Amino acid sequence: MSWVLVLPIAVPFATAVFAYLARNTPAGRWISLAGSVLSLIASAALMVAVLREGVIAAQMSNWDAPFGITLVSDYLSAVMVVITAITGLATAIYALGEIPEETERLGFYALFQVLIAGVTGAFLTGDLFNLYVWFEVMLIASFSLLVIGGGKDRLDAGIKYVALNLVSTLVFLSGIGLLYGVTGTLNMADLRGAVAAADNQGLITVIAMMFMVGFGVKAAVFPLFFWLPASYHTPYFAISAVFAGLLTKVGVYALMRMFTLVFVGDVGFTHEILIWVSLLTMFTGVIGAAAQMDFRKILSFHIISQIGYMTLGLALYTPLALMGGVFYLVHHIIVKANLFFVAGLAKQYAGSTDLNRIGGLYKSAPLLAALFIIPAFSLAGFPPLSGFWAKYLIVKAAIELNMWFVTFVSLLVGLLTIYSMTKIWGYAFWKPHPEGYDPTPDRAPPRVTAAMITPIAGLAAMTIIIGFFPEPFVQFAQTAAMQLLEPTDYVTTVLGVQP
Amino acid sequence: METLTALIIGILTAASVYLMLARTFMRFLFGLILLSNAVNLTIFASGRMTKGHPALVPYGADTPLHAVGNALPQALVLTAIVIGFGLLAFSLALGFETFRRTGTIDTDELRFAEPEEDTQK
Repeated sequence: MSWVLVLPIAVPFATAVFAYLARNTPAGRWISLAGSVLSLIASAALMVAVLREGVIAAQMSNWDAPFGITLVSDYLSAVMVVITAITGLATAIYALGEIPEETERLGFYALFQVLIAGVTGAFLTGDLFNLYVWFEVMLIASFSLLVIGGGKDRLDAGIKYVALNLVSTLVFLSGIGLLYGVTGTLNMADLRGAVAAADNQGLITVIAMMFMVGFGVKAAVFPLFFWLPASYHTPYFAISAVFAGLLTKVGVYALMRMFTLVFVGDVGFTHEILIWVSLLTMFTGVIGAAAQMDFRKILSFHIISQIGYMTLGLALYTPLALMGGVFYLVHHIIVKANLFFVAGLAKQYAGSTDLNRIGGLYKSAPLLAALFIIPAFSLAGFPPLSGFWAKYLIVKAAIELNMWFVTFVSLLVGLLTIYSMTKIWGYAFWKPHPEGYDPTPDRAPPRVTAAMITPIAGLAAMTIIIGFFPEPFVQFAQTAAMQLLEPTDYVTTVLGVQP
Repeated sequence: METLTALIIGILTAASVYLMLARTFMRFLFGLILLSNAVNLTIFASGRMTKGHPALVPYGADTPLHAVGNALPQALVLTAIVIGFGLLAFSLALGFETFRRTGTIDTDELRFAEPEEDTQK
């Protein structure tokens, strides 16, 4: 059984090795593409196993839990692994069109596959210290991918990104140390009982806050998000898409895991803080976006604002809210990565991402315009696209709790999101192309355009499918939420499994 | 021993915060080194500081002969040191490359990704 859990991590690592060896030849990119397809198959196998058994776990090197490292997957982990593989495949295709050869020779595809492996590992591990290690794998790959290809702006963005992420990692690490000091265990399933049994609950709450800050920086919640809009608009579009889709969501996933499985002793205090943090995150993000005039900067601020919805789902802490949070997480990864892909193609067609310097894309690229509408309106929450159902679940959960202010802010932020999306639409697509700016700086060969538009169309199709047939996805999210709120299955599977 | 360690951790953290508040990236990195050492000491101390033998099992036996020290925090600290070293090497290279290309590592002057005039459009 354990190979199902190991393969989604092992395949990208193996691909990285081969892609690195072949980095000087065109074979490198095809190895990366083939590896991404294999990853998707491996993650699908994991999903099938999880759907059959509920929760699956495996002990590495036959060290029984809680002493060894456990890999474990419930519904939430499984769907995150699948969506990571899908985003990885979409990016691998997109990169065929975008990434220049000199960057390939620097080992771009190897780094990219290591990033995917790190993200997948973080979703699958059942050990807190191992989670730290996966975070680091992910970070070092993302640092390199952010600055690869050079340029002053990338180095500048890199410094800010590296600095804040390293500090947050250290906060997370000292939280791990203190938690180990109090409970004597690092296995997440074992921690649930050990934390509840600890005699110094005040100290546990302090440690919980350290975790909230550590993961909060990764997830880019208010007031810890400054690194995100400073860096996400500089790298290659393929890279900013995979960052925007996946990296902050690892922070959200870690928050969801720790604050449903381990830190549930003082929900009234910890989750109350999360509610306010979420509301401020949603609001500052969307207001920040309104002030920007760059395609990618607007999208970057919208990541922050949408993160607020996901953490709100966790903070409200009812089955319906968590279900909405899980649904939101999955929908958002698809939509946000897709919008960054669209931004890349818009730059390809119009020569810039500065909204003042581009325009007329509706006329010059009608297919792109149609494909932009789908994720943009899904992000804003228009029915019948996937974003509508995600927002609907969260707002309904808030109404059921009689939290009218929370409801009001959620709806207001949705409205302001429409404002930003129509701004991009108006400036980039409808407005005629401004005079004096070359509309097509380097007309790309059709092969490049095809590689870039295929993942956009694929992800847009997924958004529509989720939007029109939400039932199975909602049911899946419901089971995932139930598993999070009642993790008895998770705990017994991890602690009782025989290697 | 615990008190002394706690004091050292406190001093290291205070010094690192002072350094990290500086505008220069180099000072920030020095602060980061101190902070990561403080964190490593925290992990080490949370494994309880006791006198004991090394956690080694003699050949042929199933359990160690004497009461042994807790080996897990040492393994964790070792991992954290290695990872921290790698990240630090990367950050140093990044700082150096930034200085080489832009001539500054003062974070107030590093505004290439977000130029000032951006907001006035």
